[in-house]
Amino acid sequence: MSFAELRTKIGYQGLLLGGVALFTSAALAIASHSTETDIRAAEAADLKQSLTQVLTGEYDNDLIKDTVTLPGLDGEVKVYRARHAGKVEAVVYRVVGHGYAGAIVCVMGVSREGKVLGVRIVSHKETPGLGDKIEPAKDKWIHSFEGKWLGDPPADKWLVKKDGGVFDQFAGATITPRAVVKAVKQGMDFFAENKVSLLDEAAAQGAKP
Amino acid sequence: MSGNYTRITRDGLWDNNIVFAQILGLCPTMAVTSSATNGLGMGLATTAVLLASNTIISSVRNLISPDVRIPVFIVLIATLVTLVDVSLNAWAHDLYKVLGLYIALIVANCAVLGRAEAFAAKVGVGEAALDGLMMGLGFTFALTLIGGIREVLGAGTLFANAHLLLGPAFAFLETTVVPDYKGFLLMILPPGGFMVLGFLLAAKRVMDQRRAARIAAAAA
Repeated sequence: MSFAELRTKIGYQGLLLGGVALFTSAALAIASHSTETDIRAAEAADLKQSLTQVLTGEYDNDLIKDTVTLPGLDGEVKVYRARHAGKVEAVVYRVVGHGYAGAIVCVMGVSREGKVLGVRIVSHKETPGLGDKIEPAKDKWIHSFEGKWLGDPPADKWLVKKDGGVFDQFAGATITPRAVVKAVKQGMDFFAENKVSLLDEAAAQGAKP
Repeated sequence: MSGNYTRITRDGLWDNNIVFAQILGLCPTMAVTSSATNGLGMGLATTAVLLASNTIISSVRNLISPDVRIPVFIVLIATLVTLVDVSLNAWAHDLYKVLGLYIALIVANCAVLGRAEAFAAKVGVGEAALDGLMMGLGFTFALTLIGGIREVLGAGTLFANAHLLLGPAFAFLETTVVPDYKGFLLMILPPGGFMVLGFLLAAKRVMDQRRAARIAAAAA
């Protein structure tokens, strides 16, 4: 039987497909294994960079490892804690706003006094040129949260100016900044509600008898 | 034989260019060409996949039953794309953050399967590899050109963020063509991509027609 005839046999075709699947799976397994550590490291570096962007002041712990998970508005919130000499100085966590074109994921840093240290956008799908002014590279708007707390402006003024609040909106885009302001406000409420567990007060009091 | 290789090179780069002549692979073309750097990165990633897929498929072409060739091609191409995806994620992470969403789209780029089916499965390894390389470079050229035009018109810059793709040594490529440009949003949005592609297609037709007319005049 010639090879051309063999190729038409269903058994050969099955074996061929199986062989190709086996070979490609092996290639993928090897690739996945050999890139895993590098990808983890790159993602950890990314995470750390995005966390330190919204922190000011000194801290001396590895904040990626010092986390606490609390129930928040949209499911569980993973909070990273920055400590100095064992005391939690600031916390960083994600908040999600619902913008014009889907979720706007932000990270925000809050000091132990409850002041916003910084807010950054992790990912969004807002319109380029209009809604994307929430990115610090395009506009300095995102810095307008820094130093704010729930007394300044008062809790009911955490809105864009169009809605009677204190935060600017952009020409041509109100939905995007409104969503970010709302998300940050929710983040502040989250901090106020969970202050004790966030700041790890119980442990701090236990440590100094 | 060398004439054959010249033909393949010309076809890939210009005469049968994936974007400008075959009008294939428009999904990634429109999606990534909001800047020249993105276009170049996507083009190079696609070139790597095309070169590898053409070479592999050509070298096993006699083993593959014609009846099951399409699933075999697709599995091979999907594997190659996944390899490119994880390698970029691991070793060019900044670029991956820019292009990552689109790398998976290379699987859906009908040009890759098209070259495998229409060319690589029928010819020797050398020709198939050259075809993959040249088709890929033609694709890269088209994407970079479209991206460059859209970037200059839309944002006033050219090759912004090139250092993420090519390393810090290529930061000199990053030029601001129009300082203090307010931006022309339409060009960055998808309709701008279609417009630029339309004008480029028309321009290529005109150039090809003029060349054909010159050759006809010289022959007469």
